[in-house]
Amino acid sequence: MGLFHKKKRKKRETNDAIMLEKVSKSYSKGTPALDGVSLTVKKGEFVFIVGDSGSGKSTLIKLLLRELTPTGGRVVVFGQDVGHLRHRQVPKFRRNLGIVFQDFRLLNDRNVFENVAFAQRIVLTPAKEIRKNVSSALAVVGLAGKYKAKTSQLSGGEQQRVALARALVNNPPILLADEPTGNLDPKNSWEIMQLLDRINRERGTTILVVTHNREIVNAMQKRVITMRKGVIISDEEKGGYIDED
Amino acid sequence: MRISTLFYTIKQGIVNIFRNKWFSLASVATISACLFLFGLLYTILANLQHMIWSAEEGVSVTAFFEDGVTDEQMQQVGEKIRARSEVVRADFISDDQAWSEWAPDNIGEDYAEIYAENPFEGMDNYEIYMDDISQQAELVAWLESLPEIRVVKYSDLAATTLTGVNAIIAYVSLGIILVLLAVSVFLISNTVVIGISVRKEEIEIMKYIGATDFFVRSPFVIEGILIGLIGSCIPLAVIYVLYIEVMDYVLLEFPALNSLLQFLTAEEVYRILLPVSLGIGAGIGFIGSFVTVRRHLRV
Repeated sequence: MGLFHKKKRKKRETNDAIMLEKVSKSYSKGTPALDGVSLTVKKGEFVFIVGDSGSGKSTLIKLLLRELTPTGGRVVVFGQDVGHLRHRQVPKFRRNLGIVFQDFRLLNDRNVFENVAFAQRIVLTPAKEIRKNVSSALAVVGLAGKYKAKTSQLSGGEQQRVALARALVNNPPILLADEPTGNLDPKNSWEIMQLLDRINRERGTTILVVTHNREIVNAMQKRVITMRKGVIISDEEKGGYIDED
Repeated sequence: MRISTLFYTIKQGIVNIFRNKWFSLASVATISACLFLFGLLYTILANLQHMIWSAEEGVSVTAFFEDGVTDEQMQQVGEKIRARSEVVRADFISDDQAWSEWAPDNIGEDYAEIYAENPFEGMDNYEIYMDDISQQAELVAWLESLPEIRVVKYSDLAATTLTGVNAIIAYVSLGIILVLLAVSVFLISNTVVIGISVRKEEIEIMKYIGATDFFVRSPFVIEGILIGLIGSCIPLAVIYVLYIEVMDYVLLEFPALNSLLQFLTAEEVYRILLPVSLGIGAGIGFIGSFVTVRRHLRV
């Protein structure tokens, strides 16, 4: 019992949201997808992860989600070694992470409200609170008036906002966005990025955005980690997009 | 689990059935077809078995006493016979009773004038009925070992024939039912696999958001059980109506059959068929959905 409290206190005390220690991931005997990557993301930081295809960005996200386990090193999220989680501990761990995908991944047979409420049901929120929390999350992303709409009736930008509301509704301390603007036009891309920036500033949510969008990365002046062939080649506080050549 | 979550899960299970109506229809049709064949075969075989049992009940073993055995000794032997587990009934027939029952039909009402003495004298006996004719040989051997018993009369042919037919029916029933169940499980799991593969993405999304395996699986399992139950109710209803109609027709058209063959009533058939079919339907739905969802849970 004492050990449990000690561990719990240690988890709370840490100022690091994410810490990778010499993390490697190999899928086969070929080139590793990640090769001894180390990085630390502080609580409340906004970080872009950029790099070309095959640079290891998606593997990094999958390791953070505990979809994959590292073949070497440690992935630590809020003091918790993600690689050592048991299968049954993974759901609870994932509730610390909001996730937004490039292809939105909404439940297309349900309306906007149901898509967002779904995330609350998973964490067993009482029905009364679900209504309140979903309304508030939809208000944050500017879709309060469309809660009854089917997702198929929404534009790409609106669908991504629903996905963002779903990721936010449980108030996760970390938000992972995997190419969130990949399927959006420039206007919607900007709006989504501004939303993420606002969420970061107002809520203190740690945000990690994997992207190819050079204009956005250059304009936002946030921390930029550039990856190439499974290693970090640059980590700048207010960086820009580094070209391959 | 919260009550609201429980209701949500059940509601989702029901909603899923309508949301994926073509898959649900295909699953219900598959389960119905398999359980219809199962029910039909069970009904036929249960009736055959019932006829055999009825015939078995009519077969008896007769044990005659040695000369000089007293009434008291006969009574004691009767108690020993009735105490045996395979014996359903043992009727004592005295020599006088045997003569007075046999003679009027075979000699005439004036048999007492023709025969001053009872020709059946010393033929006191027990007529013994069993619940399982296959144990006749064992009973006969035991009776023959008793010092009070002079001779045991029985029909070996009837016993072996009935026992053989009974065994064949049991093996055939078991074989057919097993094959049918295997085919059902195969067809149904295929249908479920197709249905759930379509929703693989939905399961993935749930898992990414942090849903437990239980939360993901529950609506699918409820959906599976409901489909299984609906799929088993349809053939049960059809067979019930069909059975009553066929029985009415057979007994009206061929009244002679009624005295020869003992048919089960629909209620007697359904005493076993109803829970078994519902159990198989729900069981197949449960196992099919449980196993298939499990494949997609490793996200």
